[in-house]
Amino acid sequence: MIEHFSYIVTVFLMIAGLYIVIARGNLIKKLVGLSVFQTSVYLLYLAPGKLLGGTAPILAPEYGVYSNPLPHVLILTAIVVGVATLALGLALAVRIREVYGTIEEDEILALDHRIEEAEEQGEEHRA
Amino acid sequence: MSLATHLPALQVVLPLVSAPLAVLLRHGGVAFAVVTAGAWAAFATAIGLWLEVGQLEHGAFISYHIGNWAPPWGIEYRVDRLTSLVLLLVSGMAALVLTASRASVEREIPRESHYLFYAMFGLCLAGLLGITITADAFNVFVFLEISSLSSYVLIALGRDRRALAAAYRYLIMGSIGATFIVIGIGFLYLMTGTLNMADMAARIGAIESSRPVLAALAFLTVGISLKLALFPLHQWLPNAYTYAPSVVTAFLAATATKVSVYVLIRFYFSVFGESLVFDKLPLPQIMLWLSLFAMFAASFTAIFQDNLKRLFAYSSVGQMGYITLGLSFDSVNGLAASIVHLFNHGIAKGAVFLLIGGLVLGIAKPGSAPPTPSFDRLAGLAKRMPLTCLGIVIAGLSLIGVPGTAGFISKWYLILAALESGQPWLVGAVLLSSLLAIAYVWRFVEVAYLRSPAPGHEARMEAPLSLLIPAWLLVAGTIWFGLDTSLSLGSALEAAGALVRSGR
Repeated sequence: MIEHFSYIVTVFLMIAGLYIVIARGNLIKKLVGLSVFQTSVYLLYLAPGKLLGGTAPILAPEYGVYSNPLPHVLILTAIVVGVATLALGLALAVRIREVYGTIEEDEILALDHRIEEAEEQGEEHRA
Repeated sequence: MSLATHLPALQVVLPLVSAPLAVLLRHGGVAFAVVTAGAWAAFATAIGLWLEVGQLEHGAFISYHIGNWAPPWGIEYRVDRLTSLVLLLVSGMAALVLTASRASVEREIPRESHYLFYAMFGLCLAGLLGITITADAFNVFVFLEISSLSSYVLIALGRDRRALAAAYRYLIMGSIGATFIVIGIGFLYLMTGTLNMADMAARIGAIESSRPVLAALAFLTVGISLKLALFPLHQWLPNAYTYAPSVVTAFLAATATKVSVYVLIRFYFSVFGESLVFDKLPLPQIMLWLSLFAMFAASFTAIFQDNLKRLFAYSSVGQMGYITLGLSFDSVNGLAASIVHLFNHGIAKGAVFLLIGGLVLGIAKPGSAPPTPSFDRLAGLAKRMPLTCLGIVIAGLSLIGVPGTAGFISKWYLILAALESGQPWLVGAVLLSSLLAIAYVWRFVEVAYLRSPAPGHEARMEAPLSLLIPAWLLVAGTIWFGLDTSLSLGSALEAAGALVRSGR
């Protein structure tokens, strides 16, 4: 149990994040879920990359054991990607709020449905 | 060291540099020139790589070490027959679509964001080329996100406010897909300790049936399937294609999903190996049925659409079904059918959506935003825009698979592969689903050619030449690759031959 602690946390965050994305209708809450989901992946890479008692990869006689730095580098990239995704998602949410006046998914769908009906009626009118 | 040895790096760097340049120059026209020049330079590079690969012996590849770090430690770019075919498709489509884009972008996108639009286009192109050329698994993810993030922005730039909701939805689903892909790559990295795909493939044999490897296969399959809009994971696609600016739809429909198929082929055939994917797991059956659902359900839905763009968006989901159907056979002919259809369908859909962009310009009232191309607005349009409409019909014939067009070649090989695999009933399924394609293409023909235009709207007004010429080059391509198949089918067969059972 204790030696699998980091995996349990990773999987819990993964499932919780994915659940929030799917189950919530609020655009901001969906983005929160997406961020939690992406963060769980950082742990998936980082936790196995840590050696207990290992240092940073420094070439010196007094350090014998060091952790592989590659997972950290990869996740640094993934964090940048996650930040960019979140920023773009929030920017879209702001624009949606401006034109629709709401950030609830079901209300947006209802508004779109109303436009489509209006378009159809307008077309019948013209015909 | 001459310039020619650095072609693989230039392939990605040229369009990548054009994007920040476009932002710095802050002028719509100049940004257009810079990014279009970048795309043409990428296309020239792709042709150069194509010729270089052609001189190598069968199944060989060009290996390029970024920063001179030897693989598997450094990042490797690898170009084989399949890679160079996809590079040609992506860079060629970008060059033609960008050349045609000016008139359409002028009308559909606010003037002050033109330079940002072109910058995003350049980034998207660089990302797609990077995914294709890299041989490093994590690098695939990075380029995938570069192209995805820029395509969300490109879609959100559509005039209709529904473009925003479509882009948001695509962002959520696309990010879930990309995260699944990183999880899969993470498992593979944990198990093999390497990120270089060839190195991974060499080490995976011993641990083939271990649970993390199987989990990696599952995560990668679902993640990539989301990206390539495999039925039923295609929900993001119809709205995104419908409300995006016309040129963006043309470019993404022709390239983005195709590159995802390429990634799937790479992971299945070059990393996991066929014995794991096709023999030990029921994956071929799952893929077969999902492909059939796509071919029928999506094509059927397409028939009942009133918006021409949405009709062809659903047709794209259906056509992706043919591509994944070819994959599921696990034979040289099946894989060749997938690869050649990936190429042929890319060209045909690029032509269709580009010409729809022309139609939209034609029916727009002067000074106002271009309207949605719904069928009642298109009545009798063939009299006013004969060349534009004829182009859509010819590319449509290729979607149906009429002999003499490129689509026929792909379907012919699909049928051959179905017969080879001992499932003759699939021949009927392919033919039956082509009937559905006839139905949706016929809807356009009926409205545009057989209905009479609204009174007072008979004046002839063709789409601008800058759009018509590139679009008609693509239309000519759908005929050319139906008659002379040495480039498309020849390389597809060669690539498939090198991939399928490469160990044998």
